[in-house]
Amino acid sequence: MNDKDNSAMKTLPSVDAVIIGLGWTGSIMGMELTDAGLNVVALERGGDRTKEDFLYPKPADELKYGVRLEMMQRPKQSTVTIRRNADEEALPQRHWTTFHPGDGVGGAGSHWTGVLYRATPTELSLKSFADRTFEPGFLPEDMTIQDYGVTYEELEPHYDFFEKVAGLSGQAGNVQGEIIDGGNPFEGPRQNPFPLPPLPRTLTDTLFTEATKKLGWHPYPYPSANVSGAWTNPYGMQLGPCNFCGFCSNYGCLNYSKASPQTCVLDALKQRETFSYRTHCEVTRIVKSDDGETVKGVVYRDGEGQETFQPAGMVILASFPLSNVRILLLSEIGKPYDPVANTGVVGRNFSYQITGSIDMYFKDHQFNPFISAGGSGQVIDDFSPDTFDTASHGFIGGSYIYTTQGPGGAIGAIRTPPGSASWGSEWKKNASEHYGHHMMLGTTGTNMSYRDVYLDLDPTYTDPHGDPLLRMTYDWKDNDMRMTQFMAERMREIVAELKPDYHTESFKQVGDHFDPSHYQSTHLTGGAIMGTDPKTSVLNRYLQHWDAHNLFVMGASAFPQNMQHNPTGTVAALTYWSAKHIRERYLKAPGPLMEKA
Amino acid sequence: MTDAPRNRQRRAFMRNSLLSIPAVSVGSSLAFRASAAAPEAPPLHDYYPTFFTSEEWQFILSATDLLIPADDTGPGALDAHVPVFIDRELAGGYGQAEHWYMQGPFRTDAPAEMGYQLPHTPAAVYRLGIRATDAHCRRHFSKPFAALDKATRTEVLSALEKGTPDFNALGIANLPSSTFFAFLLQNTREGFLSDPIHGGNRHMVGWKMLGFTGARASFREWVDQYDQPYPLGPVSLNGERG
Repeated sequence: MNDKDNSAMKTLPSVDAVIIGLGWTGSIMGMELTDAGLNVVALERGGDRTKEDFLYPKPADELKYGVRLEMMQRPKQSTVTIRRNADEEALPQRHWTTFHPGDGVGGAGSHWTGVLYRATPTELSLKSFADRTFEPGFLPEDMTIQDYGVTYEELEPHYDFFEKVAGLSGQAGNVQGEIIDGGNPFEGPRQNPFPLPPLPRTLTDTLFTEATKKLGWHPYPYPSANVSGAWTNPYGMQLGPCNFCGFCSNYGCLNYSKASPQTCVLDALKQRETFSYRTHCEVTRIVKSDDGETVKGVVYRDGEGQETFQPAGMVILASFPLSNVRILLLSEIGKPYDPVANTGVVGRNFSYQITGSIDMYFKDHQFNPFISAGGSGQVIDDFSPDTFDTASHGFIGGSYIYTTQGPGGAIGAIRTPPGSASWGSEWKKNASEHYGHHMMLGTTGTNMSYRDVYLDLDPTYTDPHGDPLLRMTYDWKDNDMRMTQFMAERMREIVAELKPDYHTESFKQVGDHFDPSHYQSTHLTGGAIMGTDPKTSVLNRYLQHWDAHNLFVMGASAFPQNMQHNPTGTVAALTYWSAKHIRERYLKAPGPLMEKA
Repeated sequence: MTDAPRNRQRRAFMRNSLLSIPAVSVGSSLAFRASAAAPEAPPLHDYYPTFFTSEEWQFILSATDLLIPADDTGPGALDAHVPVFIDRELAGGYGQAEHWYMQGPFRTDAPAEMGYQLPHTPAAVYRLGIRATDAHCRRHFSKPFAALDKATRTEVLSALEKGTPDFNALGIANLPSSTFFAFLLQNTREGFLSDPIHGGNRHMVGWKMLGFTGARASFREWVDQYDQPYPLGPVSLNGERG
């Protein structure tokens, strides 16, 4: 501990709103609340990051960013313990392997890949869909899926606006009900086409398109927030065309091409006199008011270890999903979830994401894998939760199947034949001959929520200040494994069309257990979910805390279960949705926006 | 926010940029050339390790030389100065696990799926791993690792990879020999394939072996040129071209 003696906590002058965390949702809320005339301060646990930190060639350093994970939260400051079931002892992620939580100004929005999706209408109302689609008793009794409480139609204008903020590039598949060839026919209807056309297509995109069309499926370009052309967004921020630099996921963008809080929001926000932010300020508690209905501010520790109370009229909790849940638990706001008694809500309905992949080797193709953009790729949505009869295959849910160019980094991209040497001349010869000849197929799918999958505070491990770490209890379930195996079969059909010289597979099987020693996904969701019933959700459908009406919680922690596609679009749309109701209703008459029924 | 930190940052960046411009090209119209752009690193035998002792250094030289040998495919770990990279990494923040969560309790018998759960920093893994490997070699071959012939050294590395030598029996607790090998192999690859700014991949020999372009990072016009090998060599963060 480097704390000096801070027996006297400093108290600052009150602000209208304090925002915890300055990533996408904190930045968006900063714009919205200052627009509404509020005086806003944001507190960010990590350091400052400006666009200047990403100037060429700084990000083009695979060791620093891709391997040592410079952009990520420091496990030393705060990490997560993981166990697969209640009988195991949870152990800490000592350095990040299974997911990569972001750190610093911009948060995960600075190092994300830039794949920007909407949820489908069905995914937002999954429980209702399940109730009318499946025979009673089909779903496991301990599956706890729910509707979001907000519909696609309600979120559509907010998706639309954020896509303009991010300069989304791609091909719409459904504009006002009209199905458009070359887009995703299974997406929800959009009021507008994409702001920008798709990125140029790589060889992997083209091969994928040819193969999946032959199979009768509907390939479309990844919706990309690495922009395809020059773009000025509604905040006056400017993005330039992506140059396929090859340093995207885990890296800041060296080209003003990847939508991020820095490139899309923050320089506009920082000009506002009613907005300020402080870095290296780690919020440790949200403080409840004596009235039992509100919170009155936050306590944070600054870079010098000084504990400070920041009083505020409203608190916006806008950190990474895991951190949101931990702060709520540490602050004792909302009843912690108890899976045995099946009571409480905070930590309930945690979910993650199921992935699988195939790696194909083509001696006669040269892919130049260092020529890549995170949001570049080709996708099919033919096997979504509502596009085919999943029940006949024994599961609820669905997955998208895609290809993307790369991985292109030298350290991360080495591929050698299965069973061959991992060092010496044989390895070297294989590495040299195989680089640039691989094409990947991936699948990413829905993940249902279950009674015994949840987040709580760890009884053993603490952070450097003595506060308990968050504990994650998570394992794969048969439903998700059956879905993954179904997708593996479809992907083998693509392999059969493309006829590589050989291929390798990585899929989880029924009976496999979660393996946190390997990277899985950073799409962690739930734990502070939204809904319409305070007995089964932490937040109401406006992301307002049921137990403290001036506390709003942003981010994917609000998802009742995970969707097949990437979360950022829905995270942003929900933020604008919440902001709309704060501005139009809450600020005029502070109080609960929904009755507790 | 005040402008002060940003200005400091900008000044530091300018300074670094100036340092990275080779003297010969300042104020001249000469194109960058590899020989001009890279300040020549001292030969490996003139390098004084910061982290490793001289005995450990001999181990690292002889082990990395086998992991990525110089051969028909091209230069090897020693040509690339991989040992310099590993020495610098272990002397720095990575070696000290400065960002890792290293609070106990440590469950050293945890299943492999729970990831790294040992109480050792990477620096300690090397210190203990080399000591144990040399003890193993002395017991079986009466010499430390670096003094063995190539065939025997290869045999020892294979055994480490499989986790056969029992370091615990050699007095080193809580370090499976396969874990030590995994660190050694991973860091050797990193030193061969990361930007030369980190001390290895000298003259970008690792990147040239693969056909990787380093920090070139601009390919818009090449995206749709299918099946055409990219024609230009790599560029490093310091502007060296290969």
